[in-house]
Amino acid sequence: MTSAVAQEDAPVPVAARGRRSSLTRSRIRAAWAFIAPSLIILALIAGWPLARTIWFSFTDANLNNLSDYEFIGFENYLANYDGEWLGLLTDPDWWHSVWNTVWFTLVSVSIETVLGIVVALILNAAFPGRGLMRAIILIPWAIPTIVSAKMWNWMLHDQFGVINDMLLRLGLIAAPITWTANPDTALWTVVMVDVWKTTPFMALLILAALQMLPGDIYEAAKVDGVHPVRVFFRVTLPLIKPALLVAVIFRALDSLRVFDLIYVLTANSRDTMSMSVYARQQLVDFQEVGLGSAASTLIFLIIALLVVITLAAGRVRLGEDPR
Amino acid sequence: MKVLSRIGFWLLVVAIGLFALFPFYYAIISSFRSGAELFTVAYLPERLDISNYVAVFDRQPFGRNILNSIIVAGSVVAVSLGLGMTAAYAFGRIAFRGRALLLMTILAVSMFPQVAVLSGMFELIRSLGLYNTLPGLILANLMLTLPFTIWVLTTFMRELPKEIEEAAYVDGATPWIVVRRVFLPLMAPAAVTTGLLAFIVSWNEFLFALTFTLTNERRTVPPAIALMTGSTAYELPWGTIMAASVIVTVPIIILVLVFQRKIVAGLTAGAVKG
Repeated sequence: MTSAVAQEDAPVPVAARGRRSSLTRSRIRAAWAFIAPSLIILALIAGWPLARTIWFSFTDANLNNLSDYEFIGFENYLANYDGEWLGLLTDPDWWHSVWNTVWFTLVSVSIETVLGIVVALILNAAFPGRGLMRAIILIPWAIPTIVSAKMWNWMLHDQFGVINDMLLRLGLIAAPITWTANPDTALWTVVMVDVWKTTPFMALLILAALQMLPGDIYEAAKVDGVHPVRVFFRVTLPLIKPALLVAVIFRALDSLRVFDLIYVLTANSRDTMSMSVYARQQLVDFQEVGLGSAASTLIFLIIALLVVITLAAGRVRLGEDPR
Repeated sequence: MKVLSRIGFWLLVVAIGLFALFPFYYAIISSFRSGAELFTVAYLPERLDISNYVAVFDRQPFGRNILNSIIVAGSVVAVSLGLGMTAAYAFGRIAFRGRALLLMTILAVSMFPQVAVLSGMFELIRSLGLYNTLPGLILANLMLTLPFTIWVLTTFMRELPKEIEEAAYVDGATPWIVVRRVFLPLMAPAAVTTGLLAFIVSWNEFLFALTFTLTNERRTVPPAIALMTGSTAYELPWGTIMAASVIVTVPIIILVLVFQRKIVAGLTAGAVKG
């Protein structure tokens, strides 16, 4: 499409060059006019709420009456009353949710990366039905998170669930497992559902990178009789590493703010509560806007730190590799 | 050896396919079974009992919930594309001071955790009188879709050859005319891709929809399904929930299958090339 357009283009006449500076100026003015509406809206619905959330974290605001509050400094984070330490940073439930989120992110993103590579390698091979397979892979990704959480809830039902039934029939377990209620299995269950839902995303990004690789390297490796596994680790993996890193970072940022899946799969259970679930529980269920905002602010800081590191690293990489 | 690895390959393909499809298949089977039938496990469809599908619309305003979701997602897509297209032209085609920094800021917004703006957004929506209304949800969802719409459209915009607009400028066209007459037609495929992704994000959005609505009539589909209850609080109507799940998932699956290539192009434009 783009090449056809390029052919129709006429060369720029010499006379036009004199107008360039005024043209450039008017184009820059137009650029700002074009960007202004988006910037104003983003400032209103992202910048302002974020600033207010951070401000609320230093107040004792309550959800019932958001206009009546007092500034209390860092007391939502850490406070000392008569020698006793209080506040978010002393709440074991908060630290438990931080641990859950970090564990969930590390485990699920690792599994998704490995499975994503396997699925991408398979989809990159030529076999009949490849197009169909690629479409099938997209289905878990397209199903709304709430719906997939409900579907898995039903499949994992302790009495009538199909998973327990299958495992019992195969003789792998002796008695039904209460997947989402048992502290030992609950977080693993969340990981499994997340893997099911997001491996396709990972696989598609990796597949896109695989398809950009030059074919002649593989021809050469084949001629030299190099073992395919060796080719993968020595040739393929280093070449797709940049794309893989981007996919891993996207997934990790997503996992750190996980809410829907855990909220629906295991409700407000302490065993699986993520940072986002904790913050919303304080904010809405307990009406503690101050404390909830403090938790929100900390989540924001954690993710912002990761984003800044990522963008800085990305800039360095782009600087080395002019495209 | 060769035959063995061939068999292994196909086993893997079948396993992946089964793993991907089984939950949805099982939801469909369950949605056609009701009452005590649901308390036994069935692997194959037995008969078509549509009472769950009737119950979804009978016992709660599920039709209204679907309409709400369509209104919210449709408006979010329209606003995101309208604003995103002009902004992407400016970011993609015009060199101006501060461009890289602004683009980075917008990318950073798209990585915001939703919960980080929750209390501020709650206050904003309440003070605008939009609590428990669809415009409130539209406004909130724009935070999720507008940044990545701008980002993805900018990537597509940059790929178009430089000479395209020069001829138009030589003929005396203003930037606005260039966007409308030259770029809008060329960007139509990219707009379809980005619009679809924005639609899916808004259709699936849960946290804002759960927090900023109060009554069942104003809910979009995800909170409506998540909060479905049966005759007693302890007994969830699994058949009905599965029927509702199937109803809202089928259109999305059809969209995804039809526009498969476009969606993959959009996802990779946002990530790999960015």
